[in-house]
Amino acid sequence: MTASVELRGVSMDFDKYRAVDNVSVKIEPGEFFSFLGPSGCGKTTILRMVSGFIEPTQGQVLIGGQDMRGIGPNKRPTAMIFQNLALFPLMTVWENIAFGLEVRGADKAARRAKAEQLLDLVELQGVAERLPAQLSGGQRQRVAIARALAVEPKLMLLDEPLSALDLKLRQHMRAELRAIQKRTNVTFIYITHDQGEALAMSDRVAVMSRGQIQQVDVPQKIYNTPTNGFVASFVGENNKFSGTLTSVSKAEGKFKTDVGSFSVTLGEGVSRESKCRLYVRPEHVEFTLKPKTGFNSVPITVEDVSFEGNFAVVHMRDKAARRLLAEVRNDPARPPPAVGSATNIVFAPDKALVLLDSEATAYAEKE
Amino acid sequence: MNELLRRYGKPLTGLAVFLTAFWLLFLVILPYFDMFASSFRPYLPAVDVGGPKDVYSLNNYLTIFENADWHFFGFTFPMTIHLWVFILTILFSCLTTIVSLLMCYPLAYFMAKVISPKGLATFLLLLVVPLWVSELLRAFAWFIVLAFKGPLSLTLQNLGVIAEPIRWTWGLWGYSGVLIGLTYAYILFMLFPLYNAMTSLDTNQIEAAEDLGAKWWQTHWRVIIPHSKPGIASGSVTVFMLAVGSILVPTLLNSPSSSWFTEVIYNRMFDQNDWNGGAAYAFLLLLVCIFFVTGMMRYFRVGLADIAK
Ligand SMILES: Nc1ncnc2c1ncn2[C@@H]1O[C@H](COP(=O)(O)OP(=O)(O)O)[C@@H](O)[C@H]1O
Ligand SMILES: [Mg+2]
Repeated sequence: MTASVELRGVSMDFDKYRAVDNVSVKIEPGEFFSFLGPSGCGKTTILRMVSGFIEPTQGQVLIGGQDMRGIGPNKRPTAMIFQNLALFPLMTVWENIAFGLEVRGADKAARRAKAEQLLDLVELQGVAERLPAQLSGGQRQRVAIARALAVEPKLMLLDEPLSALDLKLRQHMRAELRAIQKRTNVTFIYITHDQGEALAMSDRVAVMSRGQIQQVDVPQKIYNTPTNGFVASFVGENNKFSGTLTSVSKAEGKFKTDVGSFSVTLGEGVSRESKCRLYVRPEHVEFTLKPKTGFNSVPITVEDVSFEGNFAVVHMRDKAARRLLAEVRNDPARPPPAVGSATNIVFAPDKALVLLDSEATAYAEKE
Repeated sequence: MNELLRRYGKPLTGLAVFLTAFWLLFLVILPYFDMFASSFRPYLPAVDVGGPKDVYSLNNYLTIFENADWHFFGFTFPMTIHLWVFILTILFSCLTTIVSLLMCYPLAYFMAKVISPKGLATFLLLLVVPLWVSELLRAFAWFIVLAFKGPLSLTLQNLGVIAEPIRWTWGLWGYSGVLIGLTYAYILFMLFPLYNAMTSLDTNQIEAAEDLGAKWWQTHWRVIIPHSKPGIASGSVTVFMLAVGSILVPTLLNSPSSSWFTEVIYNRMFDQNDWNGGAAYAFLLLLVCIFFVTGMMRYFRVGLADIAK
């Protein structure tokens, strides 16, 4: 069982503060959909509106095409996994998992059987009689997932469920969650401020800032063709240049900065008059001593090189003392430039994106 | 102990140990011990004290079973007025506890989980202000309110709710006034432990229960009450013990047909001057209450440590 979710012009005001601002998005049945954004941008508030703990001040929440206004959380076909999991500490693991069945009046044998079946599904055996406090973080995580799945929801809502785990376990649980989602085919709405998580797990991602959706797309599009400056700087690393567009022809143009004029590709909605900036990903930057034809070139000084194994990050500054980053693949035959050396970086025009400044960009810089 | 010695040295440690021992021995154990011992000795004229008649026995305790028999479904029990008062005292102390619990549970929930912090401050103040008035005055206030032809009767009469004035304190075998007075006097001792227990409950757990489909009463039954159990136990023990041991409220608010066991003790000690007998009754009451409370705690599976929390 699975269901679509649609938010139609949804806003949420707390007193005068608008936590969610006119959000519209349609999530397909069986989709793994993430909301990604910095903390405080309204992600949890969206989830709480979908689960029914709060009613939007404006707009509609539809689950499976049905308007949910006035329907309480215990009547919606959703199950939530809370940021702190909220397992019941006084119940054993299996009682926790079977709680949803218990309140529906299932008898004890049926409850126990279902709990065992779900413990198998989340690959957790031999802990049914334990209390949550006697489990490790990863095991508790699995219990929470099993407890939510027990009520056979059409829609799972997950509020940063992995944030309490250590890095290694987090990596592992990513794959696990994704696998469980594919196996059960339940629609997942996943919330995170971790862009790696969102990109790795989701079918589609909505990037949010200040209560508004900035972009909704598949992970590759979010990363490669961000629609504005906020998305470009929040998702992944980016080198940023201020300047002005001097000429525009179709999707290409010239962008003048304090370290030279570059051939660039124009992002969505960019025109001569718009306030915009140039963004170049660190992995799209190459080092050469001589300028390369058809490429943009910036003279730089290398400040530091950190070797990460499969790649190295080069920290450098241009003539205007702007901090820049480059990522080079590990290749013993072509090592990154030495610290202190003066050289050039080059990048292709189709990798130089000029994007609109959104209001959100200013916000992201403050963070 | 070694830790103490290492930290504070011999003189200071010695002083601390001595003071604690002194406090325990002279201010806690000795007075009770003396009373305990005298409760086993007969009440005698001054000349006979220490004489041949002054022997230890259980007689002072057994007087509660003396005299008249009481028939109940064909069985005959030794039932005296003292025993009857004793039973009713326990019973109505339980009832006071239950009524306090029923009133405080929703209130504590409201304070802990519903009201905004700003509203809570005002709310707490309103609750605590009556506590600044002495117990005597509060009991008197109820005495006046509940009086035959008193303000309550008059108001209801004027509103046309009742035709004749009502003797408010005569209901429930003459214990209704006592019940009201005791509940009013000790209700906050129930409220605060409950409130404390509930504030420590993560609101997400309530929401998780609801999200999993629980109806409001199921959430209370399976999540909130189990979590609040230590608070419920601690509040109940406090209110019960205070109610059993109260003398002021029952004296003022009982009816001609009812009395409280503390009054019986008081009478034995001060009216009949039988301190030995009074002490025996006091210990009897204490003993039964301790048994009763520990029994209840065992039944509801709460430990002493839970209550201390
Ligand atoms: N119940 C509430 N009352 C008032 N403000 C709230 C409430 N819930 C959330 N907010 C505010 O709304 C904003 C968004 O919160 P939230 O949705 O929790 O953000 P996120 O989950 O993205 O970190 C925050 O500024 C927060 O302070
Ligand atoms: Mg959040």
